Amino acid sequence: MALLQVIELGKSYNTETRVLKGVNFDVKAGEFVSIIGPSGAGKSTLLRCINRMVSISEGSILFDNQEVSRLKKKDLRKLRTDIGMVFQHYNLVPRLTVIENVLHGRFGYKSTLQGVLGRFNEDEKARAFYLLHKLGIEEHAYKRCDQLSGGQQQRVGIARALIQDPKLVLCDEPIASLDPNSSKIIMDHLKSITSELGITCLVNLHQVEVAHQYSDRIIGLNEGEVVFDGPNHQLTDDKINRIYGTQTRELITV
Amino acid sequence: METLSKPTYMKRNRDGSILIKARSKQQLVMRATIGSLIILSLIGFLLFDYTGLDLASAITETAYNLKVMFVEPALNHFSLGEAFYQVGITLGLAVLSTVIGAVIALFLSLMAATNLSNAWVSKTVRIVVAFIRAVPTVLWVLIFAIAAGLGSEAAVLGMLFHSIAYLVKAFSEAFEEIDKGIIEALQSTGSNWWHIVTHGVLPSTFTYLLSWTFLRFEINFSVAVAMGAAAGAGGIGFELFMASGFYFDLSEVGFITYAILLIAIILEVLSTQLKNRYFPASVRSES
Amino acid sequence: MNEKVMQKRKWQATLFFILIIAVTYLSAFITNFNLMEGLTAFPQAIGWIFANLLITQESLEKLPTILEKLTETIFMSIAATTTAAVVSLFLGIMGSKTTSINGVLSVAARFIASVSRNIPVVAWALILLLSFGQNSVTGYLALFVGTVGFLTRAFIESIDEASHSSVEALTATGATYVHIVNKAVIPQSLPQIISWILFMIETNIRSATLVGILTGTGIGYTFDMYYKSMNYNAVALVTFSIVIAVIVIELLSNYIRKVIL
Repeated sequence: MALLQVIELGKSYNTETRVLKGVNFDVKAGEFVSIIGPSGAGKSTLLRCINRMVSISEGSILFDNQEVSRLKKKDLRKLRTDIGMVFQHYNLVPRLTVIENVLHGRFGYKSTLQGVLGRFNEDEKARAFYLLHKLGIEEHAYKRCDQLSGGQQQRVGIARALIQDPKLVLCDEPIASLDPNSSKIIMDHLKSITSELGITCLVNLHQVEVAHQYSDRIIGLNEGEVVFDGPNHQLTDDKINRIYGTQTRELITV
Repeated sequence: METLSKPTYMKRNRDGSILIKARSKQQLVMRATIGSLIILSLIGFLLFDYTGLDLASAITETAYNLKVMFVEPALNHFSLGEAFYQVGITLGLAVLSTVIGAVIALFLSLMAATNLSNAWVSKTVRIVVAFIRAVPTVLWVLIFAIAAGLGSEAAVLGMLFHSIAYLVKAFSEAFEEIDKGIIEALQSTGSNWWHIVTHGVLPSTFTYLLSWTFLRFEINFSVAVAMGAAAGAGGIGFELFMASGFYFDLSEVGFITYAILLIAIILEVLSTQLKNRYFPASVRSES
Repeated sequence: MNEKVMQKRKWQATLFFILIIAVTYLSAFITNFNLMEGLTAFPQAIGWIFANLLITQESLEKLPTILEKLTETIFMSIAATTTAAVVSLFLGIMGSKTTSINGVLSVAARFIASVSRNIPVVAWALILLLSFGQNSVTGYLALFVGTVGFLTRAFIESIDEASHSSVEALTATGATYVHIVNKAVIPQSLPQIISWILFMIETNIRSATLVGILTGTGIGYTFDMYYKSMNYNAVALVTFSIVIAVIVIELLSNYIRKVIL
């Protein structure tokens, strides 16, 4: 049974341009799937449709057999609690400590009052420390996030997603702002989320090589349409050219 | 849940719970500031002089007054033409103090900018400017009214002080942000100070200076209204003072308020547009 | 840039300066302003100030009364600013694009801010004076209204600037609106907000003097009294004590800004 089913998904921000057109795919629990495609292909929008950060225009998304587009306020919160998200620009609160930022991932489980008072129980805090330890940044726990390097901030972002106890983690260009070294560390951590914790990962990438190296499966997106969907060994040069348009590939993958 | 067996970096509060906040000086100062502001405000309310205040009737009366003002605005003691003329006087005072202020501030700010001037000149100008800023404009105007004799000269002179102080601060900061390379390049060609200023510094900051000047004009308009009301500088502010203080004519107060509001909003829209066009997000207006 | 554009620019600049000069002349005409007179009056005026605005032993006896009124004024400014900040924070959150709940409230918040900001404080003071009478509450309310207008605009900008990305992240974790505002937006923009509040306290002490002259309260009234009775030594003392107060507060808030920003 698929964890996530995307059926004939379409999205338009205005009447003229359709960012996504008839997108279909399934993701099984425990899969590591990359979405690749040139910038402007609709990768970010696709990811944000899944946890309804943007509304869905047409078609449907089933997550855990729930129709995402019809969820009301409370159930939508529940859905988002089940789906962690990692951002290109980390999206941390820079003035707060690392540990506070990680604990922000628990808000989905809190009533408004609990959250406002900032009451986290000792288990949650201990869990946050454990995750930071696992990600190798425990020593920075009491530093302000803006004092960390990009790679370290992204690891805080991953910890924040993991403390949600999610079934699925969405990563929107997680390494696009990082140097090659930090990129490798981040991709290794993401990979281990799936392999060790069994959490499904859906990652937007624009580096084909990275997608090739880490994924179980790759989905190629071009101008809002799925043009490739298969295990990564099936992604031949020919197919890559179809995703990126013939000549541009060299430019993008550099 | 899995947790660490040996938490090396974890800190705990006194009650044994795990600490999550950083105990930084910054947090401490912010809390202290907020705390003391709240306490000072409470003391303030206790210290207030409540003579002759009947809150309930004052509120209902004010509500009624506001209704008369904004629903039935009218002119009773002077004509529409006269009203235009008075608004013109207020605008005129604002223009004069802004333009003259900008010219003087231009020279002073060249002396105040640390990259164009020497340290002690810059320091002296800054201290003088800080002193000028500390005296409320209305006091400057009133002092000049006796010192220089009544008339628009006194009002403009008084208003000039704050305009200059404000613009010197803004201009000199704009100068200090110029790329060092521009100045260096001109210095290396053997240009003297005036060449550098007229060909390097001014052209690269010109739009900035204009925007700041316009922002000050916006402020000076409301200052001019205030000076009319509180220091007898004439213009629409004085009419406002007469209408409310002498004739108790709420409709007229309403009309004048509308007129002031209209012009203030036009100026605000213009200056916001200038700001968005020429300013980076980091620079903001201060009045 | 080609020659034609350069030519055009030059023309525009010249035209602009001619326009400025024309407007200035017109202004001088309307207001009966004479630049030469102004220039000659200035050194005279400075001379007068140094000759007459002296703090004497006699005027120093009035210091306790003056300080009492000054404290009253400072407390009034702080109280007005702090309470206005609370209201402005609410309006700012409503008005900012990142945190607004719905469009109507957002427009309403911006409208309230714009009207209260653009009607000068003097106008509020005069209007409120009619029914609140000569007491601190009138001055307090006049400052309060103007401050709400100014701070709301400043807070909207600070909130807009500070928090878009973290708001997105917290929404994605399933946090509620109140969580997001309280744990991402406020911590992020708090230093800016405090900085604006401090700035407004400085400004309000100066405005309070003005309002005091109109409403007959605080240090403004004291100044006006001595001014009208031509007791210039006392006028000098009042002015000087205001200067000291403003500079001390400015130094204090500069220190706070340095630490928190």
